[in-house]
Amino acid sequence: MLDLLGYAAFFGTTALTYAIMCLGLNVQWGQTGLFNVGIAGFAAIGAYTSAILTTPPTQAHLGGFALPIVAGLIGAAAAAGLASLLVGALTLRLRSDYLAITTFGVAVVVQLTCLNVQGVTGGPFGIGFIPRPFGGFADRPGAFAALQFLGMVVLTVALFLALERLAQSPWGRVLRAIREDETAAAALGKNATAYRLQAFALGGAVIGLGGALQAHAIGFIAPDNYLPALTFQIWTMLIIGGSGNNAGAIIGAVLIWGLWSGSGAALTAIFPPELQARAASLQVVAIGIILCAILVLRPRGLFGERTAVSRHVDGLETNPSTALAEQDSAPRAL
Amino acid sequence: MSLQFLVDGTVAGATIGLGAIGVTLTYSILRFANFAHGEFIAWGAYATLAASAAMGLLVGHATPPLGPFSFTWLTLCAAVIAMGFTGGLALGLDWLLFRRLRDKGESIIAIMASFGASMALRSLLEALFTAQPTYFTRALQIARPLGFGLRATPNQMVLVVLAGLLMIGVHLFMTRTATGRGMRAVSENPTLARVAGIDVTRVIRITWMIGGALACASGVVVGLLVQVRPFMGFDLLLPLFAAAILGGIGSVPGAVVGGFTVGLAEAAAVAFVGAQWRGAVAFAVLIAVLLVKPAGLFGRRA
Repeated sequence: MLDLLGYAAFFGTTALTYAIMCLGLNVQWGQTGLFNVGIAGFAAIGAYTSAILTTPPTQAHLGGFALPIVAGLIGAAAAAGLASLLVGALTLRLRSDYLAITTFGVAVVVQLTCLNVQGVTGGPFGIGFIPRPFGGFADRPGAFAALQFLGMVVLTVALFLALERLAQSPWGRVLRAIREDETAAAALGKNATAYRLQAFALGGAVIGLGGALQAHAIGFIAPDNYLPALTFQIWTMLIIGGSGNNAGAIIGAVLIWGLWSGSGAALTAIFPPELQARAASLQVVAIGIILCAILVLRPRGLFGERTAVSRHVDGLETNPSTALAEQDSAPRAL
Repeated sequence: MSLQFLVDGTVAGATIGLGAIGVTLTYSILRFANFAHGEFIAWGAYATLAASAAMGLLVGHATPPLGPFSFTWLTLCAAVIAMGFTGGLALGLDWLLFRRLRDKGESIIAIMASFGASMALRSLLEALFTAQPTYFTRALQIARPLGFGLRATPNQMVLVVLAGLLMIGVHLFMTRTATGRGMRAVSENPTLARVAGIDVTRVIRITWMIGGALACASGVVVGLLVQVRPFMGFDLLLPLFAAAILGGIGSVPGAVVGGFTVGLAEAAAVAFVGAQWRGAVAFAVLIAVLLVKPAGLFGRRA
């Protein structure tokens, strides 16, 4: 029973690290309409930054600097945010799909760098001995897993509330205005490129934070963790949860991660070892088809975007000028 | 300093160029960057393998290799059949997926769908044929001297020539036939093209057919010269995009020039920097183009 709870806690912790990456993607795609195909690359930047900052000193890779985990997480978000800022500055003024292609390239190059610059990243061996939060409880596995899970829950909720607040704020509303009608937003004096750049950097920082949290949850990272399959997973989570909706992003992440690990365990139990690699490929086929089907049949996902209006709007309804405006628009409706 | 990288780069450039033509045509005519284009390359290579194996069973006896080359006439016939099949695969994917998103007018959703489709198609290949690489032939070829200290195998020479003929053929088709003119018109302005009486649906069908067939040809070249594996197309995706953007979106000669440029740059990096950085070269080319001339060499808009 305790084993099962421990596993559930570990599952929840991992799922929530995906949820945080999903929240980051939601700032970029859901709220701003920026298409990032390099999530794995930004997650890797975050994970490696935090790992290098927090691991004990070693010859195997750069550092480690044995800093506290909090410093690692801040560094991870800063590094991934900075990388996003550079990529955004280069591509956001061009057509929207150049961003997709460039971020795809970033992920390829980051993965290659992790693999080849052994002096910094540990190369194909990756980085181990990444400190896990609440390490003082490591001798009591049950409490250790539960505390990690609770820590992740607190972090996820805090991030969720902050991003929700941001989405409802004037800044968040400008983002959506630009996404829906750039010309109209520009006519109101909003610098679309600057807002997009801010959103892209913020989202990238959150994705990097998610990557770092995952590294600390598992304790070991390697270049193979950051293949395009990770990007694909996060996208599926957000699209199924409902892009534009932060709660949907979290639920989608938990749901898809449950589906992914559940079907993975089922495949291991059902298929003989020689067929398992093929069965695992079919798992990816199924998720790919689900993603495409959702895009065609239910593009809003399970939980669509809610309309965000200023909290001052309710008060405005009694305002005579708005009432007049409504009267003005009435004949046009006829 | 050995100039051998020029030969390797030309061979790689031919495969990238063939794929980039499809990318640039779908990008300009259907208005989205197709991340599933690499899968057409891999599916084309596997389809050629399957078709030549099936024909080998029908013929019933081993066919001798053609002249100095390591492939047989069966392989060539199989490649032609597979080009038709891959064109059909592209059409089928459009019918299933992209057509429905096109009706909604959201090109960025189409990119995302192509990303999902690429994942599904590639994993399906892995499920069918496993992730292990396979080969058209295991025969070893001796490289012949070309002069200036350069050497190339007979396979390399004939495949580069065949790829070149295909590229010239597509260019002539685009510039000399009514259908080709129609395709260029749709890429300029779909609404105006429709008003002028061009059958846009037919143009879209032909675009997918050409893109799929050329991707298959590219896959056969890679398969004959290197190996066939499910990731072969996905690994070419970044070079394809870099070549198409360098050449200018919508330009067939641009895609070819871009393809050879990226191929030569990759070969130079392998020769002078290290083979492990090959994958980063296309990214460097892409960033350079976006910084200096985002419209590309022969492009009109960015």
